[in-house]
Amino acid sequence: MIRNTVSAFALSALMATPAMAQEVWISNERDNTISIIDVPTMEVVETIKVGARPRGIMFSHDYSVAYLCASDDSTIQVIDVATRQILHNLPSGENPETFALHPDNRHIWISNEDDNITSVLDVVDRVIVAQIPVGVEPEGKAINHAGTIAITTSETTNMAHWIDTETHAIFHNSLVGSRPRHAEFTSDDARLFVSAEIGGGLHVFDTGTFEELAEIRFEIPDVHPHDVQPVGFRLTEDMTRAYVALGPANRIAVVDIESYEVLGYHLVGRRVWHMAMSDDEKLLFTTNGVSGDVTIIDLERGEPVRTVKVGRFPWGAAYRPAER
Amino acid sequence: MTQQSLIIPTVLASFVASTAQANIEVPIAYLEMEVERPPVLTNLDPIPDDLGRMGAALGLADNATTGGFMGHDYSLSDLVVPLGEDWLEAARAVLADHRIVVVNAPTDALLALADLPEAEGALIFNASAESEALREEECRANVLHTMPSYAMRADALMQFLVTRRWSDLVMITGQRPADLEFATALRHSATKFGARIRAEKDWDTDSDMRRNIGQEFPVFTQDFPGHHVLLVADEAGDFGPYLEFNAWEPRPVAGSAGARPDAWSDRVEAYGAAQLQLRFKRLAERPMGAVDYAAWAAVRSVGEAVTRLNSNDAGAIRDYLLGDAFELAAFKGAAITYRDWNGQMRQPMPVATRTALVAMTPMPGFLHEVSTLDTLGRDRLETACRAFD
Repeated sequence: MIRNTVSAFALSALMATPAMAQEVWISNERDNTISIIDVPTMEVVETIKVGARPRGIMFSHDYSVAYLCASDDSTIQVIDVATRQILHNLPSGENPETFALHPDNRHIWISNEDDNITSVLDVVDRVIVAQIPVGVEPEGKAINHAGTIAITTSETTNMAHWIDTETHAIFHNSLVGSRPRHAEFTSDDARLFVSAEIGGGLHVFDTGTFEELAEIRFEIPDVHPHDVQPVGFRLTEDMTRAYVALGPANRIAVVDIESYEVLGYHLVGRRVWHMAMSDDEKLLFTTNGVSGDVTIIDLERGEPVRTVKVGRFPWGAAYRPAER
Repeated sequence: MTQQSLIIPTVLASFVASTAQANIEVPIAYLEMEVERPPVLTNLDPIPDDLGRMGAALGLADNATTGGFMGHDYSLSDLVVPLGEDWLEAARAVLADHRIVVVNAPTDALLALADLPEAEGALIFNASAESEALREEECRANVLHTMPSYAMRADALMQFLVTRRWSDLVMITGQRPADLEFATALRHSATKFGARIRAEKDWDTDSDMRRNIGQEFPVFTQDFPGHHVLLVADEAGDFGPYLEFNAWEPRPVAGSAGARPDAWSDRVEAYGAAQLQLRFKRLAERPMGAVDYAAWAAVRSVGEAVTRLNSNDAGAIRDYLLGDAFELAAFKGAAITYRDWNGQMRQPMPVATRTALVAMTPMPGFLHEVSTLDTLGRDRLETACRAFD
């Protein structure tokens, strides 16, 4: 009895070490791996082998598991955060690229980029419960915090489709610039942001009227406008800032989302795709596809502080806070 | 019966409710002239019968998906005019009920079509002819070119060679008109970008070399002066593919064979191209070629214009395509647009071998005050085209 307690305690202490610290998980598109960055040390502490062409990556709302789009295996992999083991594969429809988790922590909305479909996956019953026809090459996924609206952006159709999460019906389509890549709602759900990679802008919509409030443009000295290609972005909880990855411009733009003014740029690695932000919103982790690394930006100091080598073509990033 | 007719409009309405436009029909024609292909040394690489046509078909499918949300109804009718049949009669018939026509035909046939009275006010896309004159002295206001010109292809290759400092070149040219025209473009490009073609030879024998390439080519190339790269202008792919490893000097081959600059290559996979390649393969059951890409880009350009304009008027579409507002994401890393002085589509161009992408051009460092894409081909100040003034 006593022995049991001791060993259980020892075991939990051992397990706790990797599970306690803050981490950022990076999907490496051309290496079929996830690199786990330990935030306090800013070093890769583990590399996990996963399915083919891993792209979208996120944690469940309780941070117990990570979900990964293994695009070329046409599956969503579920990875146990504590043990780093792949628990099982979920059905996803063909070629899942990105996804979003509903606030109910149960339904994942998936972009199936080769099939012009948005799939809705129930992670408890492990079945696809709905498939919704959308435009060509669906990509960006977002669900509002109220859980009532899902957005799919279609890269070739150049639209953001507004989908009712109850009825699964598209109730509005917003035309945006060429090749929309990513979408996010503000924390009060009043505005929707959509990036257009080839169009070069960040579009802002009023979620009540669907009216376009602004298109934020980026002009960087000595960078050709062709190379300014907004992809991933993050909005801060207090709705003051957006951080926007600009692809081959190799920069993260800092935008004031009250005035829609671009405040400045951080130079990062080559071809920056996506990013994760720490829960205190002090650190930003950007995936730099071509240079194969992650730039860590200290948002308080307003400068990049570290470059971390990861696998080939890092694509997605997800942040996990320290266990409390 | 009654129930069905009630349900269908409801479903449709839910798709288009937000945009709430009346249905607009956008009929597009794909018109191809069958041409006699010259015999080539190898029979292993037949040119697909549906080259170009499948590209247009994929463009239509892409448009139709978007159109479903917009209330825009795209259709594509394709016609291949067989050898010996009356091209202009077919063209007239197509133009009688289509104002937008994608053409896959040689220069002369294209010009004859564009000059028909029925073609006035129509919007014609050249998806195959590469001749320079078609974009310059012989340009037509009703013709836009999605296929790059020989000059653009030559400039793409030369930018790559000069970037690698491989500026000493020799060239072997076939004797068919396309070979001569591409060779002329390569000479002009070499001068433009500071490379040097140190010697040239014409390949004019008609012997079948399947058995004796290894004897023939080393001797033929033995007296070339020192060079970095062996250029070949052999657009039909007759002898060019056999030059690599069979020349006297072990030098890379580029041009029509070896590292080839083109509108498209099935080796392009970045910039989201993997998805386009896959969509095409699913549809056509073969890789996508340059003419397919040009036809796809033409149909997609129309789709993008109709989406933004909410109009099917050929004149309005043409003006929009030539204006500043138009841009199309076209899987080559930069948006494609059209040159307003001659209707040529600006585009990045891959230089690729049969197995891998070598480079995507324009190469970094080739700068331009308006668009780096205008470092490929003749620029505004050099143009002889006046039809767009």
